Amino acid sequence: MPLRLVKYAWKKSEDEPRFFPDEKPLKKAYDVVIIGGGGHGMACAYYLAKEHGITNVAVLEQGYIGGGNTGRNTTIVRSNYLTSEGVKFYDESLKLFEDLSDDFDLNIFYSTRGHFTLAHTDSAMRTMRWRAEVNKHHGIDSEVVDVDTIKKEVPYMDMSCNGQHPVMGALYHAPGSVARHDAVAWGYARGAQMRGVEIHQKTRVTDIKTKGGKVVGVETDRGFIEAKKVVSMVAGSTPRITEMLDIETPIEIFPLQACVTEPVKPFMDTIVVSGSLHVYVSQSSRGELVMGASVDPAELHSTRSTLDFVEGLTDQMMDLFPFTSRLKIMRQWAGMSDITPDFAPIMGKTDVEGFYLDAGWGTWGFKATPVSGKTMAYTVANDMPHELIKPFSLDRYSKFELVGEKGAASVGH
Amino acid sequence: MKLRLSPQPLEWIDRKNPLTFTFEGKEVTGFAGDVASSALWSEGSKVLGRSFKYHRRRGLLSFANHDVNALFQAPDMPNVRGDVTPVQEGQMFTAVNTFGSLASDKGSLVELIGKFLPVGFYYRAFYSPKFLFPKWERLIREMAGLGKVDTSWTESRQPKRYRHCDVAIIGAGPSGMAAAIAAAEQGVDVCLIDENPYIGGSLDYQYVNEEALSETRSSLKSTIESMANIQVIASAYVAGYYGDHWLAVNTDQGLIKLSAQSVVVATGVFEQPAVFRNNDLPGVMNASAAQRLMSRYAVAPCKEAVILTANPEGYRAALDMHKNGLVVKAILDTGSTDSEWVEQARQSGIPVFEHATIVEASGRKALQAVTFSVDGVAKQLACDGLLMSVGWAPAGAPLYQAGTKFAYSHTLEQLLPVSLPEGVYACGRINGVFDILDQFKDGEQAGLAAALYMQGKETPELNDYAAQMAHSHPYPIWQHPKGKEFVDFDEDIQFKDLKGAIAQGFDNIELMKRFSTIGMGPSQGKHSNMNGIRILAKLTGKTIDQTGSTTARPMFHPTPVSHLAGMRFRPERLTPMHAFHQSVNACFMEAGNWLRPEYYPSEASREASIAAEVAAVRGSVGLIDVSTLGKLEVFGKDAVELMDRLYTMRMSNMAIGASRYALMVDDSGVVIDDGVAVRYSDEHFYVTTTTSSSDSAYRMIQKKVIEWGLQVTVLNRTGQIGAMNLAGPNSRKILSQLTDLDLSNEGFPYLVMRRAKVAGVDATLIRVGFVGELGYEIHVDSMDALQVWDELMRVGEAFSIKPFGVEAQRMLRLEKGHIIVGQDTDGLTNPFEANMPWSVHFKKPYFLGKPSLMKLKNEQQRILVGFELLSADRNAMPLESNLLIEDGEMIGRVTSIGRSAALGKVIGLAMISIDYSKPDGELHIKLSDGRLVKAKVVKTPFYDPDGLLQKPDEEVHNKEQGAAA
Repeated sequence: MPLRLVKYAWKKSEDEPRFFPDEKPLKKAYDVVIIGGGGHGMACAYYLAKEHGITNVAVLEQGYIGGGNTGRNTTIVRSNYLTSEGVKFYDESLKLFEDLSDDFDLNIFYSTRGHFTLAHTDSAMRTMRWRAEVNKHHGIDSEVVDVDTIKKEVPYMDMSCNGQHPVMGALYHAPGSVARHDAVAWGYARGAQMRGVEIHQKTRVTDIKTKGGKVVGVETDRGFIEAKKVVSMVAGSTPRITEMLDIETPIEIFPLQACVTEPVKPFMDTIVVSGSLHVYVSQSSRGELVMGASVDPAELHSTRSTLDFVEGLTDQMMDLFPFTSRLKIMRQWAGMSDITPDFAPIMGKTDVEGFYLDAGWGTWGFKATPVSGKTMAYTVANDMPHELIKPFSLDRYSKFELVGEKGAASVGH
Repeated sequence: MKLRLSPQPLEWIDRKNPLTFTFEGKEVTGFAGDVASSALWSEGSKVLGRSFKYHRRRGLLSFANHDVNALFQAPDMPNVRGDVTPVQEGQMFTAVNTFGSLASDKGSLVELIGKFLPVGFYYRAFYSPKFLFPKWERLIREMAGLGKVDTSWTESRQPKRYRHCDVAIIGAGPSGMAAAIAAAEQGVDVCLIDENPYIGGSLDYQYVNEEALSETRSSLKSTIESMANIQVIASAYVAGYYGDHWLAVNTDQGLIKLSAQSVVVATGVFEQPAVFRNNDLPGVMNASAAQRLMSRYAVAPCKEAVILTANPEGYRAALDMHKNGLVVKAILDTGSTDSEWVEQARQSGIPVFEHATIVEASGRKALQAVTFSVDGVAKQLACDGLLMSVGWAPAGAPLYQAGTKFAYSHTLEQLLPVSLPEGVYACGRINGVFDILDQFKDGEQAGLAAALYMQGKETPELNDYAAQMAHSHPYPIWQHPKGKEFVDFDEDIQFKDLKGAIAQGFDNIELMKRFSTIGMGPSQGKHSNMNGIRILAKLTGKTIDQTGSTTARPMFHPTPVSHLAGMRFRPERLTPMHAFHQSVNACFMEAGNWLRPEYYPSEASREASIAAEVAAVRGSVGLIDVSTLGKLEVFGKDAVELMDRLYTMRMSNMAIGASRYALMVDDSGVVIDDGVAVRYSDEHFYVTTTTSSSDSAYRMIQKKVIEWGLQVTVLNRTGQIGAMNLAGPNSRKILSQLTDLDLSNEGFPYLVMRRAKVAGVDATLIRVGFVGELGYEIHVDSMDALQVWDELMRVGEAFSIKPFGVEAQRMLRLEKGHIIVGQDTDGLTNPFEANMPWSVHFKKPYFLGKPSLMKLKNEQQRILVGFELLSADRNAMPLESNLLIEDGEMIGRVTSIGRSAALGKVIGLAMISIDYSKPDGELHIKLSDGRLVKAKVVKTPFYDPDGLLQKPDEEVHNKEQGAAA
């Protein structure tokens, strides 16, 4: 029995301090307003307060904390990207993740499982090797492994894939992990709140006001707030915010769906991803298989679920894990992915002074939560992009300096 | 059989057909028609499972396909639901999630330390020191989870069926049956779906002893049976409503994908348990569960019962018990009900305590007594059953998924649908209609409206038949100083857990769910969400409407993967020459859905066979099947315009009968496809695409045609046309024997297209040089392709012709420095980087990607170069995707590499920083093991740089390069 639980038992849980403050009125003005109370928004607030001493901050969330893509993703954390920019950025994120439980004094269930990205074709093998070589060059633990090595780790997988598109090898990334996604948002929120940040749920931003090209505040459904710095961290809702300032982005919104099975006793320790089969799967600490596929084929600003998704996913899953046909799908859901042409995020300053953008998180936002919060906080505090995010500026699209993560960012490719 | 009752009027069991199965190794006897839980209960086995966290003994609770505490493990299936799974002879079940056995579960030790495991306890500990977390996590994972998976289970798949109907009615209870008849009377096609094996719903378990209704019952059922336009889909539930009345109906035989024109939701309500101390003891159950147990399976819920009620339904259940000769020790009415019901109960000798408060249930392994208080005086009654009838929550999943808004009715103390989407109707108890005769009327009007709606007719105003009194207790929660009041039986969530979560700031319905895990178990909150909402509203001083509800997502019940997946359909495409390839034992590789010969095993090893194929092409002649290339025909008034816009090279100045390399880039200038275009006539082109992009290119072109508003038709003829490439110095000699076409350099020059008969078959011939020899690509109708192939092979025999596969072609084209799109290019490569500036014709007014390329032309950072390896070490052979390193920095990567027999060295292509691209410059390739090997930049083509071999006996006057992948 861990000592912490014994100590905890002396108090009643309802006497514990609140994670998030009770509803209270908005102030007239803040130094920084963060739009979006997901993982990224909360992390940015946390690092603004903790590392830059900026605490007169309001996080505005139209729904509830972590209710957007933070609570809808399949919680995989990895850094085996394809470009140098991507690898450095996500590696920093992974390092931050490893210490989050201690930082928060809250267990985020950061569980290192090992991550296989399967290759079923020659060309996928080439891409895996490319990723492995770039990763190794940057000191990331990544390796192309053969079928026998996979068999040792995942003996219950059908390498023949039911006779078609057999597994030829995989990219193995030992640090690949899963975490309790909600707890990440809660931990950041609690940490930010303890340092003086205000969190306002059910508060919707309806407009951003500027004067002479500079941000002066935001209009909300609870009234106007003055702020010289406004950060948008709203993933799938980004177009709604950037429209307010006539900022053009190449973001397109595609639904991304996921589902879980009924819980069963643990049998799967590793995370398995197959781009060709459009499947990724891991087993949560509750025992559910958490499964996802590639984004939906058409743009849509909605979080509705489709039958096609769950039909396609289960069908392909069985090629790898025939025995899962005896499991049952318990729940499915969808999130809105803000996809960019180069499958890399958009981070940093914009043409509107005082407006900072953190968007384009597509299917890779959760794993970047700590590093995006940290680097955006730096960027907002210093009004200067953090070194790690310089390659991800919005103007790269007009300058043709794309980052090219298509081969590593999404299952869909 | 301890609790089996005498025959019931509507029972589902077949008493002539007894059967035996085992549970926890012990034999259990039941009847055909029994479910596992009813058979066990009939023998007096009231402990059906252990709870998720504390491993408390649990019995029946709702008996409505969400009794998650009675989940069983079968040898071939985890998490079998005892309350709905019919038993079969010889079946073997054990309880899930026990450590030891159900009777003696070591997991129950957890309850002893329950004090240390409050809500969200796992967020509080186990993370420090960090190195111990994996051990704790393993323990936590072992404790969580329910059934066990056997990874040696084989695949199981159930075919799917498709069904269209005019009106789909979900739920065949009283209102659903009435709706079906009313809709069917309008002459429309009706599907009536119910999750039970028989229609009837609550009419058959709540009103089984109501003599006055027996005639209505039989008339409803016989009418439904007699109407040809009503199809009853029984033992089936709607797993999800997916928009536009598209329903996923799960049956025992697989999924039915049902497309309806309108939908009536008559799913009724879920009975909600009361929350009080030890409300989870086996023997405490919902009153409707008891009624189902008696009427369907003729099993008594107990021998001596106490009823806790807040509505007339509780009295009705008491009278049903009484009628079956069971003892009802008391009715505890939480308020005061209609005197008529009280009177009836008292006439039957049942004591009624009005304004009673439940204090606790008690018992060691099962319920033994109930303590309650009336006017502040505590009383205790010994009993082995407590039936709870304190309220209802909508079974509203299809309505929620369709976008229905619900609002709380204080009259009924129930959530009711208030705004229904078009074509969706609700009726019966989900509408708050509790009077049985009103339920028929409500069903009739909904069924009629649904039928009229789908016929496009005006629908009448709907009457409101909702009850004018509450059938639910506004707050059926009775706290006890010692706790153990369970709200969620799946997840073992107690009142104090929710209180703790709310106090810590998780005071939003979604946050409370996510922190406490209420509603996250397999029953997805069917028996817990409503009480959770009531508790949250109460503790935060808000109304139920302000508190809101969590989202009711599919699946309605957990749905088998084998049903959702259905049968396995994977397209596999074979070229017309497949029979030949098989006959010579070709080694196949997958290219998308195609099977292509990778090589033909003619020598001892793969490498030697490939080398022999390469040598044949270079030395004499070879033949390759290129039928997998995408093949598009483009014709119409704007065909020229389309071709010019799609491809980077000018196509409008192609002479009729000419061919040209066709390179396509996307809006951002990235190379996405290449092929060869030929011009048949002014307004008619034929163009190939790479194998992998034939479908995507076709789709994209179709989209562009519409976007640009062009008068042009694009046909995808990939599967209709077979193609082969005859290549090598002797190719002309072979072809000349099979065609009358003038094959001389004047008659059929390089890069020209001709249409002629080959081996008696109409063919399109293109003189191309992808592999760098004199060669002809021959396109014919796929029905004729094998014949032409065979003829070429037959005539070629004299020249030792060899069929060659993809691997030999890769080597041959590498020697020529020709790119393969997707291998030598990546997601960002533009034509300048691919070292093909000649392929971009900027003088055209517009083509796809032109604005981007204009800019990119001057900002080139990297380039595809040829290299040869300087090291002769055969153990230091780089692989494709190995990096090039200078001063410790990555400067590029190898995209293609191979050992050229013709040149006697290892050659390759690399995408590198332009700073290192000067000819003869030294490069360093980093092997996967970290060693560096030296190479140098060389000009391409490596082989026959002036292209003399492609154009033998011909003057070189055309600098344009030709290639087709």
